[in-house]
Amino acid sequence: MSQEIIEVPITGKIISVSVKAGDKVKEGDTICMLESMKMENPIVAPADGTITEVKVTAEQVVKPGETIAIIEY
Amino acid sequence: MFGLFQTGFAGFTWGNGVMIAFGGLLLYLGIVKKMEPLLLVPIGFGVVLVNLPFGGVMESIVQGKVVEAYAIGGQPAGLLAYIFSFGILTDIIPCFIFLGLGALTDFGPLIASPKTLILGAGAQFGVYFAFFLALRLGFSVREAASIGIIGGADGPTTIYLTSKLAPHLIGVTAVAAYTYMAMVPIIQPPIIRALTTKKERAIYMKPQLRPVSQQEKILFSVIATIIIVLLAPRCAPLMGMFMFGNLLRECGVTDRLADTAANAFMNILTILVGVSVGAFMSAESFLTPKSLMVYGLGIAAFAGSTFFGVILAKSMNLFLKEKINPMIGAAGVSAVPMSARVVQRMGQKANPRNFLLMHAMGPNVAGVIGTAAAAGIFLGMLGH
Repeated sequence: MSQEIIEVPITGKIISVSVKAGDKVKEGDTICMLESMKMENPIVAPADGTITEVKVTAEQVVKPGETIAIIEY
Repeated sequence: MFGLFQTGFAGFTWGNGVMIAFGGLLLYLGIVKKMEPLLLVPIGFGVVLVNLPFGGVMESIVQGKVVEAYAIGGQPAGLLAYIFSFGILTDIIPCFIFLGLGALTDFGPLIASPKTLILGAGAQFGVYFAFFLALRLGFSVREAASIGIIGGADGPTTIYLTSKLAPHLIGVTAVAAYTYMAMVPIIQPPIIRALTTKKERAIYMKPQLRPVSQQEKILFSVIATIIIVLLAPRCAPLMGMFMFGNLLRECGVTDRLADTAANAFMNILTILVGVSVGAFMSAESFLTPKSLMVYGLGIAAFAGSTFFGVILAKSMNLFLKEKINPMIGAAGVSAVPMSARVVQRMGQKANPRNFLLMHAMGPNVAGVIGTAAAAGIFLGMLGH
């Protein structure tokens, strides 16, 4: 089993979180929506796997490099 | 019976019916499909309004006679004719819209990755492709330039150039520019897919760009103005307002002005430009073979800009050690941020680890500069 950290790509605000720890996801599934530059951007799962940790909540302002979630596959 | 002749029914033609249906389509696209609603709703309503006979919103006086459709060179006499004549034909509104756009634009991605400026310039080849195509199809050189600039996908620039070179085409070129901007998510993906392999679309680029300081942004707006206006002097009104708006945003001491320019002022101008450009499209002026050809050529211009942007990005990869995702070349058209968003979505689909938004915003804002410069070059050659 390997782990991957899903990081915040650009500064913005999390407007919704679609997963919780323990959820199984497929590659391309939405993890959360990040509002940045007046656009809503989905942050998606990089691979099929299980979310082991979610580090963000809705309305949270985030910066590049911060952890959104950890996925195990 | 006499009363019937006082209504608009007596003057209603099939052409009015077609144009009202066209205005309805623009309203549908804006309201239901949410495609560029801030522009398509005012334009669509303007089209409906002007095609109701005897309403007189675009009345003008030509040699002492009142004509219902706006006549270039005539004296404005109707409500929207005044706005069109004094706001658009004088370039005041398009240039001040650029002030608002400047106040909304973040040049950070472009400054952090200056090579994207080349992509913004490369996409302008589409403008010249459509220019020569229009010439081949028999349009005058001034008309061809106004048609070519549609490829930049920049409404205010299109209006600005057309009002100076071929004002009789202003309705159709403006509507073509705005509707094609709205249709970016439909037009660009098939072209991008046709020009790139899945492997190329999946090329990973680190999402973060280097941080850009406030000082760099301030210097950029001033220095870029000086260089660009010296190179293409006739784009000074557009480029000057654009960079001035950006300076208000970035200098840190004029937040109130930047806020007004980007919001209230911009909204007022958008209402005025939208409804008056729409009102220019009466059945008499729009339903002509020439107008329909312009509309068709507009899509060739826009597709050409996308094509050349992607090809240029692929060509750059031949020389770059760290490859760029060639899709970001398609964002060189200045439809901000629609093109960047298309590239972001397609990049994420091809490789879920990709987040190309910031990389695509560089060429996207460079495209705004490129299109304004292309307009300045056309004006320098043909404007006298």
